[in-house]
Amino acid sequence: MKMNKQAQTMAKDNDGGSILKFILSELKPKGRLLSPFNIIAIPVILLGIVLVVIRFMYGIGSITNLTQDTPWGLWIGFDVVTGVAFAGGAYVLTFMVYVLKMEKYRSIVRVTVLNGFLAYLFYAGALLLDLGRPWNVINPIIGNSFGTSSVLFLVAWHFLLYMIAELIEFSPAIAEWLGTRRARKILSGLTMGAVIFGITLSTLHQSGLGALFLMAKDKIHPLWYSEFIPIMFLVSSVFAGLSMVIFEGSISHKVFFNQISEKNHRAQSGILQGLAKICAGAMFAYFFLQLLVFIHSKNWDLINTPLGYWFLFEMIGFVLVPMLLYLYSYRTRNIFMIRLAAIMTMLGIILNRLNISVIGFKWDAPVHYYPSWMEIVVTLTVIFTEILIFRWVINRMPVLRDSPAWVEDKH
Amino acid sequence: MNFDRRNFFKTVCVAGATLAVGSSFGAAKPEENAIEFQGVLYDSTRCLGCRACERVCAKAHKQPEPKDELKAGVIRKTSEKQRSVINNYVTSKGEVFVKKQCMHCNEPACAAACLTQAMYKTKEGPVIWRGKKCMGCRYCMVSCPFDVPKFEYHSANPKIEKCDMCYDRIKAGKIPACAEACPGDALSFGTRRELIAEARKRIFENPKDYVDQIWGEQVAGGTGWLYLSSAPFNEVGFNTRLQNSSYPELSKGFLYTVPSVFVLLPPLLLGIHEATKNRNHSNDDENE
Repeated sequence: MKMNKQAQTMAKDNDGGSILKFILSELKPKGRLLSPFNIIAIPVILLGIVLVVIRFMYGIGSITNLTQDTPWGLWIGFDVVTGVAFAGGAYVLTFMVYVLKMEKYRSIVRVTVLNGFLAYLFYAGALLLDLGRPWNVINPIIGNSFGTSSVLFLVAWHFLLYMIAELIEFSPAIAEWLGTRRARKILSGLTMGAVIFGITLSTLHQSGLGALFLMAKDKIHPLWYSEFIPIMFLVSSVFAGLSMVIFEGSISHKVFFNQISEKNHRAQSGILQGLAKICAGAMFAYFFLQLLVFIHSKNWDLINTPLGYWFLFEMIGFVLVPMLLYLYSYRTRNIFMIRLAAIMTMLGIILNRLNISVIGFKWDAPVHYYPSWMEIVVTLTVIFTEILIFRWVINRMPVLRDSPAWVEDKH
Repeated sequence: MNFDRRNFFKTVCVAGATLAVGSSFGAAKPEENAIEFQGVLYDSTRCLGCRACERVCAKAHKQPEPKDELKAGVIRKTSEKQRSVINNYVTSKGEVFVKKQCMHCNEPACAAACLTQAMYKTKEGPVIWRGKKCMGCRYCMVSCPFDVPKFEYHSANPKIEKCDMCYDRIKAGKIPACAEACPGDALSFGTRRELIAEARKRIFENPKDYVDQIWGEQVAGGTGWLYLSSAPFNEVGFNTRLQNSSYPELSKGFLYTVPSVFVLLPPLLLGIHEATKNRNHSNDDENE
């Protein structure tokens, strides 16, 4: 491959000047400018930027439907709370590959970590848009304003630390791209520490996102509120993350077809089946937990209400059914069914997170919040920008394709 | 298993850092007995509905004077432009005026939620908002069981607005503006202990005039603002389903598991990593 040769020549004389020149040359876009994705994404992003400017000039209320009753809307409920659950694949996969040494999944670790890192970067970025006074965002990190009794304090610190951990996990790929051998050797030596630290952080902040809602006991619909929200969030982040890995992997395999080696192409269906099995297991645990909590909370009478049907719709239609689909597709080795199950599971996670943070929040308020079109455009802007950066990285760094020849240990 | 020196060092560091964090969690607990909070007792039987409190509140905090009319049965809410509101409720005991503002909880959910200590329970009793620290995340609004903090959605430099019990006046030795202005003596300022004793006395002396309950004595772990009412509290706009234990209590369990996870999980992961290492020498990923 042309790229690899370039990287190899770089490796021979990697003084500062040539790296800078190399990065500048890499900044230019590759590929067609008018691809179908760009045609949709670029206008949305431009519109989103305009909306963000309006938001910073005239306040959050100028483009959102947020009210005094519902202070958190789509940007928190979807971008942050749901987005972080989808980014959970990184900690699950690094656990499987680096700690349990499940070599089968090694070829997809890098792309998953990249995805996780970008997800955190952009969803934390989206959080900045939602902050009324973003210039004070540094207060929980530096200074004398530590609110240590706050769950959000924990989540904020964990976001920051986990982003650093994921960047370290991904950094060997950057070093390979730049052709810096020594840096790569040092950075890959840090991987294991970052992995262990990252898994610990993930366990705590995935559950911490759920724990954020513990104090809103009287505001969240009783079918969704329980003291077990943190555990539910943690367990569901396992299959939410892995379903995202299946979904993203299936798309990447089509879009970046020519980057993936013959060997990894053949391995894909085996990987998907393995992930399907793990998802089915985690979903069974989750469903069982939900069932136990439901029985113990004695909310039978609430089932026969509109929100009760909505609860059943989520639990049966988007937890139980995709779980059975995963199980069935694993048995029959049906890749299409695995992908279908992954999409349904992801919809179920979106439903669940929104039910807790937006739909079931203040469900009894006379006027209910629904997102404005501008909130949706800004959310799409965040997602599309993330995909653009993802594509930029995939096209340059050895993420999906194999590491350059000079890398000895190949991981 | 052989732990090398580097791994051992890592583990010690993690454990040490966690212990440091763990001790600060313990220290954050307020010494409830040592502090005597101040508060206000509102007696609905004495309130004339003159709204002098609304007007002086607006003046004291540089907010627009409330212009809307007070009508029986029409419930107005506090907002980012009005920290205190009087409503006229139509109840089983006739029309009853009730003032609403921040309750100034003993253990405020908003302050426990705040990751920058912008929402802060002062030692005098008022819960105040400190703009220099606030990043505008609105988690206080999500957490407050009384829906008190209000946010300026239409400002590029938004503030959280809520009653601060005129903290500046209290520090200067004065009493809150509303309590000072009240012509009917419906608002009494004092320490919580004195106010509860006074409220009990009024109920005891005039049992027919009052519901036998002091709203705020127990709800949400006790509040600084206390209420006496002639009508049941659920008829005058109070959410009687609120719990009596404090709201920060709800997330305490989770916060207390954090140090344990931080201590226990990394060594466990390290142990599994060491145990699986020997299975295939060829794939030793640490370059060691």
